[in-house]
Amino acid sequence: MKKSFVVLCLFLFSQLLFAANDIYSFHSTQQQNQFETLTTELRCLVCQNQNLAESNAPLASDLRQQIYQKILQGQSTQDIINYLVARYGDFILYQPPLRVTTFLLWFGPLLFIVIAIIILFRAIGSDRNIA
Amino acid sequence: MKKIRVLLPLVLFMLIAGLLFRGLKLHPEKIPSPLIGKSVPQFSLSTLDNPNRTLTQSIFTGHVTLLNVWATWCEACSIEHPFLMHLVKDEHIIIDGLDYRDDDETAKKWLQQMGNPYQIILTDPTGNAAIDWGVYGTPETFIIDKNSHIRYRQIGAIDETTWTTVLKPLVEQLEHE
Repeated sequence: MKKSFVVLCLFLFSQLLFAANDIYSFHSTQQQNQFETLTTELRCLVCQNQNLAESNAPLASDLRQQIYQKILQGQSTQDIINYLVARYGDFILYQPPLRVTTFLLWFGPLLFIVIAIIILFRAIGSDRNIA
Repeated sequence: MKKIRVLLPLVLFMLIAGLLFRGLKLHPEKIPSPLIGKSVPQFSLSTLDNPNRTLTQSIFTGHVTLLNVWATWCEACSIEHPFLMHLVKDEHIIIDGLDYRDDDETAKKWLQQMGNPYQIILTDPTGNAAIDWGVYGTPETFIIDKNSHIRYRQIGAIDETTWTTVLKPLVEQLEHE
């Protein structure tokens, strides 16, 4: 039982190891962190539910390579994000920017909480009236 | 008042079902390009027929062009290919190609077999030029106006329907600009 669990885990995580197969060497751990932040926060455009770090798509590998080169050149995280957004649009960002079109996305949950609280208070109020 | 309360779950259900139904018909894989309305990106790329000749973005000035991003390994491209041949032959459209992440010799053989609809074929073996165009899949086709501005991006193969309903009217409009 235990053995089959280990085998199952190996299967489940083998893809992650595969994606991380490209070897990147950095001058500092700060650059390494910058690379990891960027590749986990940017979306792969081919397989849209994976980030650039996880994806095996050839395009993801090309983009990782470009990000790597830009980090070595000393570009800032924001510079690299701007570079990619100029080509692929906001879609590449897992964290959407605050715009008129994304207003509901950002504040929708808050709106629902406010509505729920109003309903809750009215329900409590009407119960009291009956009592 | 009581009647409304009874109906409320049904109304909510209908609303959510309606939204989900609409979601079925959306195409999240078609990502809008931020390059629409902008000048084509700068490049300097070799051509398939002569690796020693490099061309730049100036190839697009003066006429309406379709830039088709394709590859021999791309199955949808071989499905699209006969239609591109038809466009060049019967509609007199200028199509240039960007051979994406491909091998020159394989590409030449492929075109010999299938026919060559392209006036110019740029090669991008590394895929780096395609990144500047925001390409994320093949085939993709850009419609470029006379002033080298990108006006439309078609994601996926062009067929009779997309051509007659979307692309042809736009190309005709751009010809008169």
